Amino acid sequence: MKTSAINKEALYAYLEEIKDPEVPVLSIIDLGIVRDIKMNDDELEVIITSTYTGCPAMDMITAAIRVELSTLGFKKIKITNSISPAWTTDWMSEKGKRKLQEYGIAPPDKKFSIPKDGIECPLCHSSNTRLVSEFGSTACKALYQCNDCKEPFDYFKCH
Amino acid sequence: MNSDALLTYTLHLADNSLILGQRNAEWCGHGPVLEQDIAITNISLDLIGQARSFYQYAAELKADGSTEDSLAYLRTEREFKNCLLVEQPNGDWAQTILRQFLFSSYQFFLYKQLQNNTDERLAAIAEKSLKEVTYHLRWSSEWVIRLGDGTKESNGRIRKAIEELWRYTGELFMPVSYEIEMGIDVSSLKEEWLKKVKSVFEEAAVPVPENIFMQTGGKTGIHTEHLGFILTELQYLQRAYPGSDW
Repeated sequence: MKTSAINKEALYAYLEEIKDPEVPVLSIIDLGIVRDIKMNDDELEVIITSTYTGCPAMDMITAAIRVELSTLGFKKIKITNSISPAWTTDWMSEKGKRKLQEYGIAPPDKKFSIPKDGIECPLCHSSNTRLVSEFGSTACKALYQCNDCKEPFDYFKCH
Repeated sequence: MNSDALLTYTLHLADNSLILGQRNAEWCGHGPVLEQDIAITNISLDLIGQARSFYQYAAELKADGSTEDSLAYLRTEREFKNCLLVEQPNGDWAQTILRQFLFSSYQFFLYKQLQNNTDERLAAIAEKSLKEVTYHLRWSSEWVIRLGDGTKESNGRIRKAIEELWRYTGELFMPVSYEIEMGIDVSSLKEEWLKKVKSVFEEAAVPVPENIFMQTGGKTGIHTEHLGFILTELQYLQRAYPGSDW
């Protein structure tokens, strides 16, 4: 591949193939983890940010980006982890939010962070739900239960 | 600003988070119920993540081949600059909760101040971590209230935890040389911190101690006996098998 002029859009499309290992329906683009792609002379730089400081998926995601870009023919790849501005769920794509809902995880809702009730159940769509725990199966989620269909479900915290 | 002060201060922040993260991780698989086992270990993970950010910065400042791992695994007790509060034993659930609450409320006001620091890197780590600490503070506040305002037994346990841990809170607001050189005014955080603690203790129906003798030393490397035991466990693998990796 010619590296002098990179086609950002095409690269983003390739990076769409990389999924969050903990939430495999979401790509790293959906999550807003990839902040920018730059070409510095012959080095391709990908700027990423972690969702939570301790997110154990970051090392895997970094390795996956490296592999994906190497197979495209890039020889020099630099992956920079940027911490400011801090990641926010506002960067999650609308497509990503829909995919989360279909997968059974309630997407982040701008109106509140971790409410005691009222998060829409991703299964039966009732809003008659309750908070079980502010901390869920991963750092980015809280645990809820639906009072109508009785199913427990994860809510992706608005962060 | 003195570059030694910046390095020591960064290590102090990293050590606080690492040691409390390690303590909380001891609960893994032992929490009172599954959801709370998950909560305390999630908090542990956040703290270790924050510690990593600070250690990575400290390693760059040292620029002598140090890495985040060598700073966590190969320093001795006296080199650790964490406050005494975070190294205190887990005790029962009430003691763990109270330790988290006292520390998270301190960290919350500290990071709020630090996110405006002229050192951009510290400011960025503080800004990002503050989002996580907000959850820790809310969760631990609710638990202090639940235990204090619960049964006679749970109220008694929180009171015992206050008696045990209050003496380690004074140090948080007594500036040491590297904080002064960095222009970090920890004493100014005390008022807001105390206001928060008082409001939660009031709802929890437990008293705020007054005129208690305060233990100090952790921030300058003089620790309680507990830190040595923590490091023995935390550093065992790298001490026994130097450089091992997976």
